[in-house]
Amino acid sequence: MQEAIAVSDTVRFTVNGEPRCWQGEPMARLLDVLRYELGLTGTKEGCGEGECGACTVLLDGEPVCACLVPMLQCEGRAVQTIEGLGGADRLEPVQRAFVEAGGVQCGACTPGLVLTAWALLQREPRPDRARMREALAGNLCRCTGYERILRALEHTIAARQGGGAPAAGTGEATP
Amino acid sequence: MASTAAPPGAVGKSPPRPDGPAKVTGATRYVDDLALPGMWHGATVRCPYPAARLLRLDPAPALAADPEVVVLTARDLPGPNVIQLIADDWPVLAAERVNHACEPVALVAAPTRARALAAAARVVVEAEELPAVLTLDEALRGDPRAGGQQPLVLAACTVERGDVEAGLAGADLIIEGSYETGHQEHIYIETHGAIGIWHGEEAGLEVIGSLQCPYYVHKALVRLFGLPPERVRVRQAPTGGGFGGKEDFPNVICAHAALLSRRCGRPVKIVYDRHEDIIATTKRHPSRVRHRTGVRRDGTLVAQDIEVLLDGGAYVTLSPVVLSRAVLHAGGPYRCPNVRIRGRVLATNTPPNGAFRGFGAPQTQFAAERHMDRIARALGLDPLAIRERNAYRPGDVTPTGQRLDASTNALECLRAAAERTRFRERWRAIERERARGRPDDGQPWQGIGLALVWHGSGFTGDGERRLGARAGVRLLPGGRLEVLAASTDFGQGTSAVFCQLVADAAGVPLEQVQVHEPDTAAVPDSGPTVASRTVMIVGGVLQRAAAQLRARLLAFAAERAGLKAERLRLVGGQVLDPQDRVVASFAELADAYLAAGGEASWIAQHQPPPEIRFDEKTYQGTAYPAYGWCCDVVEVRVDPDTLAVRPERVTIAADVGRAIHPVLCAGQLEGGTLQALAWGYLEEIKLERGRYLNDRLQTYIIPTVLDTPDMETILIENPTPASPSGAKGVGELPMDCGAPAIVAAIENATGIAVHALPASPERLLEARRAGQVVQPQHAGA
Repeated sequence: MQEAIAVSDTVRFTVNGEPRCWQGEPMARLLDVLRYELGLTGTKEGCGEGECGACTVLLDGEPVCACLVPMLQCEGRAVQTIEGLGGADRLEPVQRAFVEAGGVQCGACTPGLVLTAWALLQREPRPDRARMREALAGNLCRCTGYERILRALEHTIAARQGGGAPAAGTGEATP
Repeated sequence: MASTAAPPGAVGKSPPRPDGPAKVTGATRYVDDLALPGMWHGATVRCPYPAARLLRLDPAPALAADPEVVVLTARDLPGPNVIQLIADDWPVLAAERVNHACEPVALVAAPTRARALAAAARVVVEAEELPAVLTLDEALRGDPRAGGQQPLVLAACTVERGDVEAGLAGADLIIEGSYETGHQEHIYIETHGAIGIWHGEEAGLEVIGSLQCPYYVHKALVRLFGLPPERVRVRQAPTGGGFGGKEDFPNVICAHAALLSRRCGRPVKIVYDRHEDIIATTKRHPSRVRHRTGVRRDGTLVAQDIEVLLDGGAYVTLSPVVLSRAVLHAGGPYRCPNVRIRGRVLATNTPPNGAFRGFGAPQTQFAAERHMDRIARALGLDPLAIRERNAYRPGDVTPTGQRLDASTNALECLRAAAERTRFRERWRAIERERARGRPDDGQPWQGIGLALVWHGSGFTGDGERRLGARAGVRLLPGGRLEVLAASTDFGQGTSAVFCQLVADAAGVPLEQVQVHEPDTAAVPDSGPTVASRTVMIVGGVLQRAAAQLRARLLAFAAERAGLKAERLRLVGGQVLDPQDRVVASFAELADAYLAAGGEASWIAQHQPPPEIRFDEKTYQGTAYPAYGWCCDVVEVRVDPDTLAVRPERVTIAADVGRAIHPVLCAGQLEGGTLQALAWGYLEEIKLERGRYLNDRLQTYIIPTVLDTPDMETILIENPTPASPSGAKGVGELPMDCGAPAIVAAIENATGIAVHALPASPERLLEARRAGQVVQPQHAGA
């Protein structure tokens, strides 16, 4: 009998800063562990194959699709979910901007998009639209047409730089 | 437009949507996020053949492997094997005959989803495959279900005005064309899901689902379970997108979850994964539309003869209503004295097609707009000129004999978008460039295109009159108001807009208003959340209910103060006397009123004006209470080597009547525009033996933000008299416009005339090889 490769069925990692010791099938999807074992249902499943980004979480600060991450890859690493960002009473500026600029419609893609956007703005202070598009390209949204998601990021950057909160964008162009 | 000062009150401003904070923090609980005590999970057994006779369903292997699981077939139904919609042909579970690939034949429940799926895979389905009709062409040759010699027609209707043959005979030129569109999948990011909760014969049934129309599901369950209506309760969970896809199909999945729950005596949840959602649920109807149009040399339309064919798939679903809207919009937003539009929906052995944003109108207006471009080229006119000449003006009469009112803004939209983008100048410059020939330097070709559409808001014809939508407002302690409506918010922002309308109509601050969860046990039947009817129709009913509440409370305040009610005003949550002194706060007044045992809810009902009538036999009369108008200008770049298309910029000019919440309103226009553009150049379903081949997100491609153009939205506000707020429906309007506009831009860039969607590189190449190429227009150059 071939000797088994030493893959431990115990994974030590942190979720939103809290140490976790998880035991189970090493190939279990991080997405299922978060949603169905830890009750962190803010992480959504949209396709189960890494196409839509609804299940985006941050793994050591990097956006990843939790549906493609087996638990064995989480050993010693830090997972941040949408629940680890801001609560409804203390929204992060980018979360507030998503609501005010119209970046939220049905909400199913929103947690993943917010995390991707937040991670981008942590890394880069002033991404332009092209850079934003590149960073957000892994997150599908079917409602907004993305225009107001881009504006939410632009508002966040403007508010950070100008100090004051920008006026929420209205629908109109000014002809 | 933008420069006018904001009026007092909430309407016209863009306050943060009330469901926003929960959505950006992940706190919103969708169906799959809900876990009920003792809940099991359901799975569906499907037959792979497009047409088959079911011989045997054997659950034994599933039960042998996992004795705890429950398997249920058509034999176990408590009532008629019918999904209640328009016709009774759609079974809950196929019993003898299978009419499309992946049709459900049995249901399984187990303690976990994995066990349910494993058990479903072990249920043996024995079936004898039968000859199938898989395309519109095959359907035209004859359907075995219709006797084999003729198509099985699921629906048909005709609109006629004037004398088409005489009009064609007198025309300077007759131009013909045929246009095709394919399936489109909704790809709401949250897939279908429902939880059935059987409380017992006495307590009845409860269902929580991701759905648009709680009362549709209610009606379907009442019939299937044979329960009195009050023992069936349907609740809408927060819903992650719909686009029409959650109008009809929830009747199926909610019935399935409810059946399993009744059988297991515990809550049962069914959630489709993306693959199952794509193979099993309804799509946009594929279409073929033929135009034969008589014109004068100056471009004036004199006769339109149009034939509309839709592929309905296996069952009737909502096809008659889809066809009706398709036909009523098929002429495009253009006046023409002689019109004949004949429409049919044919059955095929493919999964049933159903509601999708636009509801038939995008298909027929794609054809109408492509045909206008063809006519323009034949006459040497530019795309703007042909539309300016023919676009509806106020007072014009539609093919159903409806005289259009003052809010007919087709020309305003056309001109706003064209001027903003310098359309004519740029379109002509590119035509000249094509005429001169471009250097073979690999640089992308630029193109600019335009389309103009109309979209009727609200139900077609007398639908609103028959429905009599009801909605209301409840007074809560502390002067809070609660909106009672069955209208669902699946992203559009219904809740936000309802709060604005009610706050202003009642005279209270926006923060005082909240919306009750759509729940058939708690809210009246406001009708389905479809047909761009919510803000205009249900919003109007709510405004009336809120005004009644306001009048009643002012009367109460006047009694208490010994004043006449008409001398008091309710403004910003304060009751003011004629000298603007505060008589009472609304909160205090509300508490006193409730303590005195006053009525707490005001329910109003929609009453269309009596002069609005539509005859469904003759298809004459007022087809819709109001029309929205929209013009898109799309700018593209096309790779000369690969013919890959990249939309660069879209300018949307839309007449929305009144923008209650400009940010949400623009959000509807932009989101709908992207869906329309993608249907135009990107999204495609391929079928093999009646089964969708691209049945996952790796193969069914929707746009990412990288594929998406910058968008500019110009809101044109010219209130419609058809709704108290002046707002027209805006949800579907943009879906009609994007596809013909992008295809027109591709034609400007490449000279390739696309008559069938999507304009993918493969199809562009095919069209070019087939000689579908237009000559550059350089008249007046």
